[in-house]
Amino acid sequence: MLTNLINGISLGSVYAIIALGYTMVYGIAKMLNFAHGDVIMIGGYAAFCTATYWNWPPAFAVLFAIVVCTALGIIIEKLAYKPLREATSLAVLITAIGVSYFLQNSALLIWSSNPKSFPNMISIPSITVGSAQISGTAIVTILANIVIMIALTIFTSKTKVGKAMRAVSEDKGAAQLMGINVNQTISLTFAIGSGLAAIAGVLLCSAYPTLMPTTGAMPGIKAFTAAVFGGIGSIPGAMIGGVLLGIIEIFGKAYISTQLSDAIVFAVLIIVLIVKPTGLLGKPVREKV
Amino acid sequence: MKKKLLSVVLAATMVFSLVACGSSESNSSAEGASSESVATTTDASGDVAPAGDGAVTGTLKLGLIGPLTGGAALYGTACANAAQLAVDEINAQGTGLTVELNAQDDEHDAEKSVNAYNNLKDWDAQAIVGCVTTTPCVAVSAEAYADRMFMLTPSASSTSVTEGKDNMFQLCFSDPNQGSASAQYIYDNGLATKVAIIYNNADAYSTGIYQTFKAKADEIGLEVVSETTFTDDTANDFSVQLNAAKDAGADLVFLPIYYTPASLILQQANTMGYAPTFFGVDGMDGILDIEGFDTSLAEGVLLLTPFAADATDDLTVSFVNSYKSAYGDTPIQFAADAYDCVYAIVAALNFYAEKNGALNVDGMSYDELCEILISVFSDPNFSVDGLTGEGMTWTAKGEVNKAPKAVVIKDGAYAGM
Repeated sequence: MLTNLINGISLGSVYAIIALGYTMVYGIAKMLNFAHGDVIMIGGYAAFCTATYWNWPPAFAVLFAIVVCTALGIIIEKLAYKPLREATSLAVLITAIGVSYFLQNSALLIWSSNPKSFPNMISIPSITVGSAQISGTAIVTILANIVIMIALTIFTSKTKVGKAMRAVSEDKGAAQLMGINVNQTISLTFAIGSGLAAIAGVLLCSAYPTLMPTTGAMPGIKAFTAAVFGGIGSIPGAMIGGVLLGIIEIFGKAYISTQLSDAIVFAVLIIVLIVKPTGLLGKPVREKV
Repeated sequence: MKKKLLSVVLAATMVFSLVACGSSESNSSAEGASSESVATTTDASGDVAPAGDGAVTGTLKLGLIGPLTGGAALYGTACANAAQLAVDEINAQGTGLTVELNAQDDEHDAEKSVNAYNNLKDWDAQAIVGCVTTTPCVAVSAEAYADRMFMLTPSASSTSVTEGKDNMFQLCFSDPNQGSASAQYIYDNGLATKVAIIYNNADAYSTGIYQTFKAKADEIGLEVVSETTFTDDTANDFSVQLNAAKDAGADLVFLPIYYTPASLILQQANTMGYAPTFFGVDGMDGILDIEGFDTSLAEGVLLLTPFAADATDDLTVSFVNSYKSAYGDTPIQFAADAYDCVYAIVAALNFYAEKNGALNVDGMSYDELCEILISVFSDPNFSVDGLTGEGMTWTAKGEVNKAPKAVVIKDGAYAGM
């Protein structure tokens, strides 16, 4: 029971950290960046290459991954999303799917489909609580999650740039009239979201150390589900949604059926959305007339 | 969301089908062979000429189709090299039968494989060893079935290769048969009293092996205490499955899955301090080659595979030595499979000649030879001793029967049991 709970929380924390990136971009740029999962994968490969081929210490490998992903996020935004700023959201969504494929296939070309085993970057011993064991990776993931969530919340509510982001999220036109550079703000949002993706990539690969070009795809989908579950756009919601999703998945597997675990996860999502269409912590959207 | 999900599923399917092609070609072993009623047992190392009243004479033109270039080139070149070795050995014996081999490249592509097959027909090939990989083999065997050309594949293990085609035989085990072979092997060697199974229920290969394993285990009284599943989408976290196996007291975990999820299972079992025996099938082959994988985690993992290059029997030793001196490489199991294929076809001709009088294969049409070979391979009295198994017999469906063999991973390499 306790073991399963801890496994659930550590799996959920990985979802949560990815969900934070989704929710950040959606909350501010109002677009679903489906390429997020693949940016995570690129972050994983960046850390893998620096740590394995160049023998960099883990901290530098993570930093390098963050730099690569941030740059990648900015480039993707400039090339793929910026020209579509005025287009329908459906067009942006399709573009995002295209970017996702582009990244996956590029990774396939560069690193081939052979799986790579991610090196152990987190050398913290595991802690034993009662009969259960919490691995060092899980501890780091959970802590990183909480720190990032708090930092993001403070950033968006207290700093000038953060306030500009919220203004853009509420009304692009009005924000522009108030002297906010909308394009720059959205670019910055992507930069932050992609930097988070790099951290998520390292943590995901540390917890489940197999790296393939499709590594980011399924966790990306699950994390998106978690973000919707918690209320997309809400930063604490992403975290709660992620952790709950992880716990439901593990408990579903352990006590109901390993064959049905995904069905259970998505059934819970459907029920939550029927009862509370904006997710657990989502704000009801007022119809503007 | 739905589109994305669909696209991810499609992408995953594509990737996994690639993976599947890559690793399911490797090979296996199956049920206890019935070799009591052996009429002619032809030793693959030599002695091809039988003492019977009919000898085989003439020149046999054998075609071979496999990926000699491209991503799966390792498999194809190993097969072509080993088949050439077998042909040279047979020709050197001077029994009146000479064999000519023509190896054609298919780049592991179905369309190119059919082209390669047509080239071989233009060359007047009389029978085909191949194809090496599954997808091309399905395409070519359909053509060959229509043409009545005999085919014996060294390594295409899917049942779709042989299904409904009486001219198509496998030298390796069909995928599902690995399950019953594994159960038999575990039981016969007393490897475990309680077995747990973790399989991928979204994958036909894995589920097929699981079903035959379970059926065989029930039949022979091997206790299965835990059966858990995962899918390609949930192939990250195995804590629940491993805990279930541990709580049920399983001392062996059977993994009829590919090596990528298997590597995660080994890592997670190690983290939680659970150390049963892990037993894999051919999909496990490749686990030592994952870049960055700590091979010490795979120490003691058992693997059902028909050939280990470091086995000490005479046949293997002489094969490995001549292969090494000819090509400078240690042969992989595909090489052994192809080597056995050539000997099996020659043995079949000898078997036929012994029963029906002298046979001259010079200029014999492929459809005529096809009927002869089908009749011999379908004959339960026909058996071949080869590198990959003793007393191999075939069913009329094209599947092989032979005794299962396993290797253990020791010091980061395969070692014979």
